[in-house]
Amino acid sequence: MAAEQTYPDDLLYHDEHDWARLEGEEGTFGITWFAQDSLGEVVFFDPPEVGTTISKDQPYAEVESVKAVSDVVAPMSGEIVAVNEALGDEPAAVNDDPYGEGWMVRVRLTDPTERDQLLDARAYEKLVQES
Amino acid sequence: MSPSEVIGFAPGGEETVTIYERSQSGRRAFVPPPLDVPETPLSELIPASERRAEPPALPEVSEPEIVRHFNNLSKKNFDLDTGFYPLGSCTMKHNPKVNERVAALAGHARLHPAQEAKYAQGALELMFRLQGALAEVAGLPHVSLQPSAGSHGELAGLLLTRAYHDDRGDKRTKVLTPDTAHGTNPATVRMAGYEVVKVGTAEDGGVDLDDLRAKADEEVACLMLTNPNTLGLFDRNITEIARIVHEVGATLYYDGANLNAVMGISRPGDMGFDIVHYNLHKTFSQPHGGGGPGSGPIAVSDRIEPYLPRPQIVEVDSGNGAAPVYDLDFVRPKSIGRLRGFQGNFGVFVRSYAYICSLGGDGLREASDMAVLNANYLRARLAEPGLAEHLPIAFDRACMHEFVVSGTGAKRNLGVKTLDIAKRLLDHRVHPPTVYFPLLVDEAMLIEPTETEPKERLDGFVDALRAVLEEAAEDPQIAQGAPYTTPVRRLDEAGAARRPVVRQPPAGQEPPGDPDDARQVTTGKV
Repeated sequence: MAAEQTYPDDLLYHDEHDWARLEGEEGTFGITWFAQDSLGEVVFFDPPEVGTTISKDQPYAEVESVKAVSDVVAPMSGEIVAVNEALGDEPAAVNDDPYGEGWMVRVRLTDPTERDQLLDARAYEKLVQES
Repeated sequence: MSPSEVIGFAPGGEETVTIYERSQSGRRAFVPPPLDVPETPLSELIPASERRAEPPALPEVSEPEIVRHFNNLSKKNFDLDTGFYPLGSCTMKHNPKVNERVAALAGHARLHPAQEAKYAQGALELMFRLQGALAEVAGLPHVSLQPSAGSHGELAGLLLTRAYHDDRGDKRTKVLTPDTAHGTNPATVRMAGYEVVKVGTAEDGGVDLDDLRAKADEEVACLMLTNPNTLGLFDRNITEIARIVHEVGATLYYDGANLNAVMGISRPGDMGFDIVHYNLHKTFSQPHGGGGPGSGPIAVSDRIEPYLPRPQIVEVDSGNGAAPVYDLDFVRPKSIGRLRGFQGNFGVFVRSYAYICSLGGDGLREASDMAVLNANYLRARLAEPGLAEHLPIAFDRACMHEFVVSGTGAKRNLGVKTLDIAKRLLDHRVHPPTVYFPLLVDEAMLIEPTETEPKERLDGFVDALRAVLEEAAEDPQIAQGAPYTTPVRRLDEAGAARRPVVRQPPAGQEPPGDPDDARQVTTGKV
């Protein structure tokens, strides 16, 4: 069952509909409720390899839904330290629990100041409502 | 779940099973008369290495059961002969029945593909003349009928592009495709061994010229373009686009998916395209949908001609004023080779040739005129109050043969998505338009009415859309649960993508339950 529309306050948001949860020098990334709702049910997640360097605003992974294959954009730059292997078997976790079980990668951030360019929950929600 | 549970029941109809499930050992539809010539053992006719050890597991069914089986299946189908089918990009036009009559003539239908050229003169002449007609439509002189689908024509086009560059000692690695392109374009690029580079779309819906200029360099082998594009918009900058592409030495490829908009009006060859593919099953009225048979011939300019697939059909003057003869020319040293066995889906050629002959040049032009008029009529009607606020036109200017609306309004205002609207249209006996394509329009719905629909059908479609939207304003759950009147309801699309079961298990075996097993089935021998 798909999750209810929410945009948790403790996350930061990228306008390409990605979220970041920051914990010290690391961040966890995923896609927002709006993104999974637009995609429809996710059938495959193609993660990057651990150790890959990713750049803010650039695609780092692909998700395939019943509609299309889409790039997942990095909200911040860094190096992948973990990927959510469970999405291999249960990609629909992205739909069911986009901010929890549906997380995609954990990243060691190379430029924590990039967080200043991200949106807070209220600003992101406003963006979504206007789109 | 058993396969029959997956397939479901038709309202008021019989349970849907496959013909294999109807099989009863020993049952026959036809019993041949006793042999009245000496019998020759199979072992004398076919060497042991070529003989199968066991008979194939064919269904054993009586004639009335075969007839009922397929008759019942046909009633569960939604097809063009049943109702309106505005499936954008697919050109679901009426397929004239005279085509079927001509294709069924014994000289066409019963000709063996291995027949020697001298005994298949009529067929070769038909194909040669079809090539001539297609060349005229494209404005490019040389045609090959071999590719058997639009995607196959695309691959042929890029293999020709590669052969052309290689022959000049020019190594190129990239192919440009606009972000409005059909998904087959980038897939073809990869299959042909090139790297995909996306080109953006400008405000007016055409190619972003600045982005094109920035990305067009000496590494680029080709630009694949659909014009009019998948938004149904004619790219007014096409001559400038051709100039930019040719200036860096690349070829310009015309995806003919939308040729139905421009027949007899403008020609890809005149726009500067080097290679064109046609979809005979779309533009030239071959019944399609459900997997074929298709046909995707290509036309090319003089500089690409040496690389065309072999054999080419040639007309040879027999001298002394006698009728010309037709032959297959295999001596083409620079050819990219054969693209398939034999010459192509001949029945499609016959239907398309019949279509072209019955309409004539003026008729083809009129078909395109009507296709564009019908699309613009629908576009104007969808701009009416009650529709436009829920399904705004994505690029609101005069369109060609199709146009895109965005379901973002309906999603925001009514809580129903494009998918829900599409599913609910089925209950109104309308095949839904293409949904969620092109990708750059959110909640897209791509509508192509074609030229063969009368005004009442177009108005009926508008009424159906209006009814769906008004109902959703009252109760969105109705659309969210649709369809209700079809043989199957909402399908498990995610399950079909993740765990496709493409082969029925042999009698007595359970269908695979484990996803990994199911995926193995897809790679198994079918």
